[in-house]
Amino acid sequence: MAEPGAAALTTADGMPLRAALARASRRARLRAALLVAPLLLFVLVSFVWPIGQMLLRSVNNVQFAANMPELTAWFAANPRGTPVDEAAFAALAADLRLAAASRTVGTVGTRINYELPGSRSLFTATGRAAGGLEPPYREALLALNPDWGREELWTVMRGASARYTANFYLAALDLRRDAGGGIVRVAPEQRVYVSLFLRTFALSAVITVVCLALGFPVAHLLATLPVRRANMLMILVLLPFWTSLLVRTSSWIVLLQGQGVVNNVLVALGIVDEGGRLSMMYNQTGTIVAMTHILLPFMILPLYSVMKTIPPAYARAARSLGATSWTTFRRIYLPLTVPGIGAGAMLVFILAVGYYITPALVGGASGQLISNQIAFHMQNTLNWSLAAALAALLLAAVLLLYWLYDRLVGIDNMKLG
Amino acid sequence: MAAIPSHASALERLWALTFRVICGLVLLFLIAPILVIIPLSFNAEPYFTFTERMLTLDPEGYSLRWYDNLLTFGMVAPDAPRDAGWWADAWNNATWVRAAKNSAIVGVFATVLATVLGTLAALGLARSEMPARKAVMAILVSPMIVPIIISATGVFFFYSNPGLPLPKLALDPPALRLDFDWKLAGTYLGIILAHTTLGIPFVIITVTATLTGFDRSLVRAAASLGAGPVRTFFRVQMPLILPGVISGALFAFVTSFDEVVMVLFIGAHDQQTIPRAMWNGIREQISPSILAVATVLVVVSVALLTAVELLRRRSERLRGMSPG
Repeated sequence: MAEPGAAALTTADGMPLRAALARASRRARLRAALLVAPLLLFVLVSFVWPIGQMLLRSVNNVQFAANMPELTAWFAANPRGTPVDEAAFAALAADLRLAAASRTVGTVGTRINYELPGSRSLFTATGRAAGGLEPPYREALLALNPDWGREELWTVMRGASARYTANFYLAALDLRRDAGGGIVRVAPEQRVYVSLFLRTFALSAVITVVCLALGFPVAHLLATLPVRRANMLMILVLLPFWTSLLVRTSSWIVLLQGQGVVNNVLVALGIVDEGGRLSMMYNQTGTIVAMTHILLPFMILPLYSVMKTIPPAYARAARSLGATSWTTFRRIYLPLTVPGIGAGAMLVFILAVGYYITPALVGGASGQLISNQIAFHMQNTLNWSLAAALAALLLAAVLLLYWLYDRLVGIDNMKLG
Repeated sequence: MAAIPSHASALERLWALTFRVICGLVLLFLIAPILVIIPLSFNAEPYFTFTERMLTLDPEGYSLRWYDNLLTFGMVAPDAPRDAGWWADAWNNATWVRAAKNSAIVGVFATVLATVLGTLAALGLARSEMPARKAVMAILVSPMIVPIIISATGVFFFYSNPGLPLPKLALDPPALRLDFDWKLAGTYLGIILAHTTLGIPFVIITVTATLTGFDRSLVRAAASLGAGPVRTFFRVQMPLILPGVISGALFAFVTSFDEVVMVLFIGAHDQQTIPRAMWNGIREQISPSILAVATVLVVVSVALLTAVELLRRRSERLRGMSPG
């Protein structure tokens, strides 16, 4: 209910004030939105949509169904557990003949090969002979290659015939479907990805902890020194931050490799002998050292900006009340730096989990992270669906951390240099 | 920790000293790898380590051969006399010169695009009236957070087979997406757009940070004196936020200048940039030329750092904060 007097309030041109204010704020909202719109549209089209499309690829599964229509129809008509009968073999033979004629049998074979290594040649070899197949097809196909009778192969083909599949996610978690459709773990020697994810998280955690241990004293020193000297030392932190990643990575190769500077110094000093040169490059040590160096400024800068705001009077007050310097640090200073520790640690961990370049160049075999495996499937095996599934899992982890970071720190409070 | 007070006990003095030694070692860890490659790039031998002659400061141990190699590598006739034709050959054919040109082209265009779009958006985001402010900010900053390999994979698929989503319209056949004939993979435009996306978060963050210190009453004062919004922006707001805009632009430029994974995924051989050439150099035929390039890049980053620091101080002075 409006008060009687409120209705009388109008602007100079006779418009009710309430309406005029509503219009003004609507316009202000529209103006702000219009300023943001071009960029938002650009980022949605050039970034969000491509990533969404890639994620779709991780469940999309048309390679088999599009090229093997009759067998796909047979799988659709007969539920899991139906014995593989002559009709199924007839459909298989017809599809193979068709696929061989349209030269897509390789595509189909590659698709099955992802889940059952060695099947590609089975498909291509049978495809070449498919023209001469006569009924009964079951006997004819088994005579060509007894592998066609394998129950495992039919399970995989059934899985591959669905339009959408979760199989790439199962593969990315070292799981597969058995003959009955149940989910089981793959053979121990094929379990790669779970341990790789764990290694990625473990290495990132180690790097975060090392960065915190190294960054905390430096940030404290920078925050408490007189401004002029702190700015001088700050250059030592900012210069690496501005230096190319590849420059820093190659200088670590120069320093740490077998014939590198560090080993030469150790040999010259007699600490290790010629045969005992330390191997610090092309393994996990190389990855940890180089990534710590690269990510350290991302720890120091947020810590520094938080420590800068802590009044030194708090510590002095604690000391004057009789606390030892250790108690003052533990009970007063450390709790006040927690926001900075949180911000730095989250940032370093998020960046480390997705690192690609440095592990690829200095990691050797044992220092590879999940990103390198995604790149490997993108460029070498061309199993793009599996790459997309691995990428989706990594993305989910990073977005979760990003959400936490936003809750704890706030994106607005992100600062650079 | 500014100075050790005179009443400190012996133990406290010892700890203060140890603390400084620790900090010194960490700072050494940060800076030493960058400094060590500079003398090594003048090595007269094709090694990655200090030779005996270098350690005894024998001038014979040093040379500019790897810098010369930067110019000659990839040339048609590197041994020809160094006249105008030789320099033209170097400009057009030398691998590193071409990489530098590509890096400059991509970097400049990506920076301009990211800065213009990013500054506009930051102006909108800094207003309290902006609807869904937090969500929009999270989307715009996401290219910095999403691992580069994921962005590159997504962009690779999109650029090789571009298309946009469509609601199921009465098309024949019914389509969920609109496909385009052109491809962005292997073009300069593709790399520029990809690098623009990666540079945008840096512009947004630096410009919104500058705008939080901006006094809105200045805009109202200008408006009350009769200036239109465009004039107010260019005459009042822009000069005050310019330092933030420029440092955002420098961040965007460095992001593009240092980016290798996108170029690796979507760039053709013609679009090889400096980081891409270094990547090849490190993986395939590692030679001290890499160190010469690295030294040049260190000099570039010193110049960029100096520029950003000067801008930061100017910005703080303009906003009435204490100059650092």
